[in-house]
Amino acid sequence: MHPVNIIELLLFVGLLLAMTKPLGLHLAAVLDAQGKTVLDPFVQPAEKFLYRLIGIRSTDEQSWKRYTVSLCAFSLVSMLFTYAVLRLQHLLPLNPQGFGPVRPDLAFNTAASFTTNTNWQSYGGESTLSYFSQMAGLTLHNFASAAAGIAVAAALVRGISRHSVKTIGNFWVDLVRTNLYLLIPASFIFALFLMSQGVIQNFHPYVTAQPLDQQAAAAQSIAQGPLASQIAIKMLGTNGGGFMNANAAHPYENPTPLSNFLQMLAILLIPSGLTYYLGRMLKNQRHGWAVWTAMLIMFLASLSVCWWSESAGNPRLHALGVDAAEGNMEGKEVRFGIFDSALFATVTTSASCGAVNAMHDSFTPAGGLMPLVNIQLGEVVFGGAGAGLYGMLVFIVLTVFLAGLMVGRTPEYAGKKIEARDIKLCALALLILVCTILGFTAWAAVAPRGTAAITNRGPHGLTEMLYAFSSAAGNNGSAFAGLGATTVWYNTTLGIAMLLGRFFMIVPILALAGSLGAKKPMPQTAGTFPVAGPTFIVLLVGTVLIVGALTFLPALALGPIVEHFLMTTAPVVY
Amino acid sequence: MNAIMSEIRTALMSTLVLVVLVCCLYPLAVRGAGLLIFPRNAAGSLITRAGTITGSELIGQCFTGPRYFHTRPSAAGKGYDAANSGGSNLGPLSKHLRDTVAERVAAYRQENGLGPDIRVPADAVTASGSGLDPHISVRNALLQAPRVAHAAGMNPEAVRTLIHAHTEAPDALLFGCPRVNVLTLNIALHENR
Repeated sequence: MHPVNIIELLLFVGLLLAMTKPLGLHLAAVLDAQGKTVLDPFVQPAEKFLYRLIGIRSTDEQSWKRYTVSLCAFSLVSMLFTYAVLRLQHLLPLNPQGFGPVRPDLAFNTAASFTTNTNWQSYGGESTLSYFSQMAGLTLHNFASAAAGIAVAAALVRGISRHSVKTIGNFWVDLVRTNLYLLIPASFIFALFLMSQGVIQNFHPYVTAQPLDQQAAAAQSIAQGPLASQIAIKMLGTNGGGFMNANAAHPYENPTPLSNFLQMLAILLIPSGLTYYLGRMLKNQRHGWAVWTAMLIMFLASLSVCWWSESAGNPRLHALGVDAAEGNMEGKEVRFGIFDSALFATVTTSASCGAVNAMHDSFTPAGGLMPLVNIQLGEVVFGGAGAGLYGMLVFIVLTVFLAGLMVGRTPEYAGKKIEARDIKLCALALLILVCTILGFTAWAAVAPRGTAAITNRGPHGLTEMLYAFSSAAGNNGSAFAGLGATTVWYNTTLGIAMLLGRFFMIVPILALAGSLGAKKPMPQTAGTFPVAGPTFIVLLVGTVLIVGALTFLPALALGPIVEHFLMTTAPVVY
Repeated sequence: MNAIMSEIRTALMSTLVLVVLVCCLYPLAVRGAGLLIFPRNAAGSLITRAGTITGSELIGQCFTGPRYFHTRPSAAGKGYDAANSGGSNLGPLSKHLRDTVAERVAAYRQENGLGPDIRVPADAVTASGSGLDPHISVRNALLQAPRVAHAAGMNPEAVRTLIHAHTEAPDALLFGCPRVNVLTLNIALHENR
């Protein structure tokens, strides 16, 4: 732990804070079908043209049911498109390495993974997928699933901010506008920056190099590809699926500490801006900032534990004569070192990104525990693009409900009475995550096909499985990658977990949006629970932690927690 | 039912529209900009010597000879396989990790003539996340310097000067760790002879 790291952290938080308001304002304009942005003169003609092409009117609004049907129809069609591209990749262009078709189970897993914004990497990137599969099959969803997540968040915020209405916006308009006015321009600029740092963008066949030390290796085949365009949106859209197998640890994906810094910032940018959007739409900016602060508190707490534990390193290796000063370097890159790796791990699992610049499987027990906990809390610490905000809004409604119970008043949020139906929908959205994670992990732990895939025995093996299903159901996509999950059983179960975690959460949330939007406003009184200020922040953080802890602590105790005590007190190895 | 069919039709159209926009036009625009502004970076920062490609400045490669600085252990394929990146994914209590690191510590000390009281740099005996880490820590390079100087018949001071010339400071003095690019350092050594 070095003072210069503290300065970097302060700069990171400071820049995130500074960009939250401008981005929130831009989001407010983008997510309003009639909103005015600075990009209008360039983009508006294209926008109108696209509406004509896909056959919609931008003024038409949808009920929550229709909105859900549109989103599901789009997800289904685009998922089938990706499945087809992967299965037929040997017949499609831009395949200089001549890769064959992707296996059915792997194609299903990958298509589900990208459609749900998970981007779990069961595929091997440079050893499995052609340039076309990456560009068309995967990049499509990097944009589309991020836009869909933002759309759902916007629909929920509309439901909260409107009253006595039946409609919550138009999915197609949200999809088009989010891409045209936000994701595509931002990705293009970010891709330029990434190339300036050394991220590649070409369609060349893999380069064969004649290494300097011919005794050590006769030739080195170096994978190429259109990386910069994909990495830019992979971060901004909190997707996280790498072009290369090693993801953001690969020097071509993340060549410098500066590219690393801005990639981390890019992950949290939209989720952070959405909190300002929330405050603006509810005409209660202090509420938006209170949510942001609650997120930051949990973020810093998680980072501190991970950073401390990784800096302390692995006492087993120190006993062999390894210098303790560098910390735990297994699975980490020298250019990033401990701090940038711990910060990246915290950022990528707080958001539902799942890109990794170091291998989480080789983290120390407490260092690996924190990314897992971040995912299991529902990725509401900034969270995914859109998914973070709608996940957090579920917790906000619960917090308001609990606060109402404590003082014996009918709970209300943003001038809306919170009733039994709303709480049931919130509980449903939370329970689906819990049931999917714990149910599938339990199955994997007793099924021979589940345990056969683990690399590390002992408690670490359980953590590998728990992490996999948490990451899939939470739509994160990072992994304890020692789990050899490229089997039919894992590809199928993880694919199902991703679809459950995404769509069975989105449907209750859109229903909640419809329910809240239909309500009449209530006058604010002295007895109304204020949703800003320290009391609210403490209660919100408490709710998130208590729900998470009550659910997952037993499983975590058997995995990383017992492993930590084994590492520090017992001489066992596995 | 009609409503659902019409939604499916809209979904098909918007998927096609997005494919054209973000899967074709956008990557090609980035490719075009890359060719114009950053041609060397976009093509992989390759190092060409006497007409053949030696490697990429950003991608580590394997070195075993005593005349060269050695990169970190690698779990990518059989070692520094740049078409098959990845880490070891061994957990902290792994017996395999402990045994491998013990062997690497012994080998590192023997190669570089270090006594048992010298603590070995962590990066010298652990595998990186990508398996392609082009860098080593400055301390790791300095500990290898006497061996390299001896094998290459060079003045140790000249080797140390080369190390410092190939040490990259943290970006903007703030981000990341000081590091030595092994490939460019070894090329410099090679050409010095």
